[in-house]
Amino acid sequence: MEKFDVIIVGGGLAGLAAAYTLAERELEVLVLERGDYSGAKNVTGGRIYLNPVRELWPGLFNQPPLERFIAHEQAMIMARGRSVTLRYDGSELSSEPYQSYSVLRGKFDKWLAKQAERKGAMLVTKSRVDDVIIENGKVVGVRAGGDELGADVIIACDGVLSLTAEKAGLRKPGRPVDYAVGFKEVIELDRNVIEDRFLLEGDEGAACLFMGDVTRGKFGGGFLYTNRESLSLGIVVGIKDLMEDELAATPDMLERFKQRPEIARMIKGGQTAEYSAHVIPEGGYKALTRLYGDGILVAGDAAGFSLNIGVTVRGMEYALASGYYAAQAVLIAREAGDFSRNMLAHYEVLLNNSFILKDFKTFQNAPEVLENPRLFQHYPELIGGIMQDIYQIPDGAKPPLYKTVKKYINFREMLAMAGDLRKVSKI
Amino acid sequence: MSQELNLKDKLGLNVFKPDKQHHVAIKPGRERDPRLLMAISVCPAGLYSLGPEGKVELTRDGCLECGTCRIACGTDVLDWNYPAGGAGVQYRFG
Repeated sequence: MEKFDVIIVGGGLAGLAAAYTLAERELEVLVLERGDYSGAKNVTGGRIYLNPVRELWPGLFNQPPLERFIAHEQAMIMARGRSVTLRYDGSELSSEPYQSYSVLRGKFDKWLAKQAERKGAMLVTKSRVDDVIIENGKVVGVRAGGDELGADVIIACDGVLSLTAEKAGLRKPGRPVDYAVGFKEVIELDRNVIEDRFLLEGDEGAACLFMGDVTRGKFGGGFLYTNRESLSLGIVVGIKDLMEDELAATPDMLERFKQRPEIARMIKGGQTAEYSAHVIPEGGYKALTRLYGDGILVAGDAAGFSLNIGVTVRGMEYALASGYYAAQAVLIAREAGDFSRNMLAHYEVLLNNSFILKDFKTFQNAPEVLENPRLFQHYPELIGGIMQDIYQIPDGAKPPLYKTVKKYINFREMLAMAGDLRKVSKI
Repeated sequence: MSQELNLKDKLGLNVFKPDKQHHVAIKPGRERDPRLLMAISVCPAGLYSLGPEGKVELTRDGCLECGTCRIACGTDVLDWNYPAGGAGVQYRFG
């Protein structure tokens, strides 16, 4: 059995970050990627926040091959037939170093793979890992395409379903309540049209989130990110909610969304170039899987490192950073010459002291709070209705504004709102 | 973008590489399992449909490897694996 210091299953962001970090320390690292290239199997909604990871690899992200820096944040509350938009422009969003960028994984992962290879990591593409090799309860290697490959330690970075971690006995197949599915189109559009349409200057980008009628009351929402010469338009919706709605047909939701006049205007003249979909971990802290075992670590989506707190949805920086900390744990274990679970437990300590598990603990109630269907149907309709009446001039006399609003927010509604507010205050 | 893009056309935009074996399969005898019915509405590629005699059928081409059916239906009713290395969808944008 051919032997390496470390075998990384999956050449996405977590795997490549781990590979880069370990190769830099001159370990013999093998990355097995089942796609034709890194990024071939990856899907993102489209934005990455670089602030939390910049210092982990000084200089690496100085000129990242990303799309546009996000200078404008937009949220649209969609009711049936009407919508309310909030746009935020802040000087900090337009100053370097930029907080976040729109991103296409086909390009970004390929670039990161090249950086890891330059450091000396070995990347084998078109290689699917079929099984883990376990000896005396310890993971000692993997089987891939008929080959047996050994290593001191395996890092499972094979994405949200992590069949590798499952085969190593670290997790079971996930429950619908802990996962969402995201599906999107990349719509090509002339860059000048994008800049004019979204009021962007040069490389500025906009991020738009949509809630309400887009998911018809189900947990989730829509998103639109401006890339250099395309738009990423899609929807994320909870799988459990999707299962409970007998009328839901996932692909139709996106078509309906595109037919909304607000969206149709944004994508007018564009050509769809790709349609993609992927499951997303949404269960937060309570749904994290076991992070390590004898001879194995788990990082990125494979561990459940994706966090939706309503206003932001983040995953890729957790993937990068968890890959980095997995690599650090490997270095500690190597120093001690001990790759048992007791030694690899350092990984969890490192994660606990980092922004990753700090964020996951801070926002551990977010998934439960966001499960409230009122947030996705009742409030959007309520706000839409109030706006409609406030702006409407009837054919006769107009009632006082206070009365107009009070019609919507009666005593019962106020009580319910207070209850929801109390729950939301847990985020 | 004014007219609706048909799902088949949409999937036709993607790069797919053929696999010798289909990576997702309905377990024999589970075609009528109510858990499998879920796949019909949740699959973003619309690959599951209800065939004659109430059996769920799975179309082979166009799988986005998203994993939704595995989460929604479970591994009691589906044999679920990724395609062989270098096969299946190859996202250019992602």
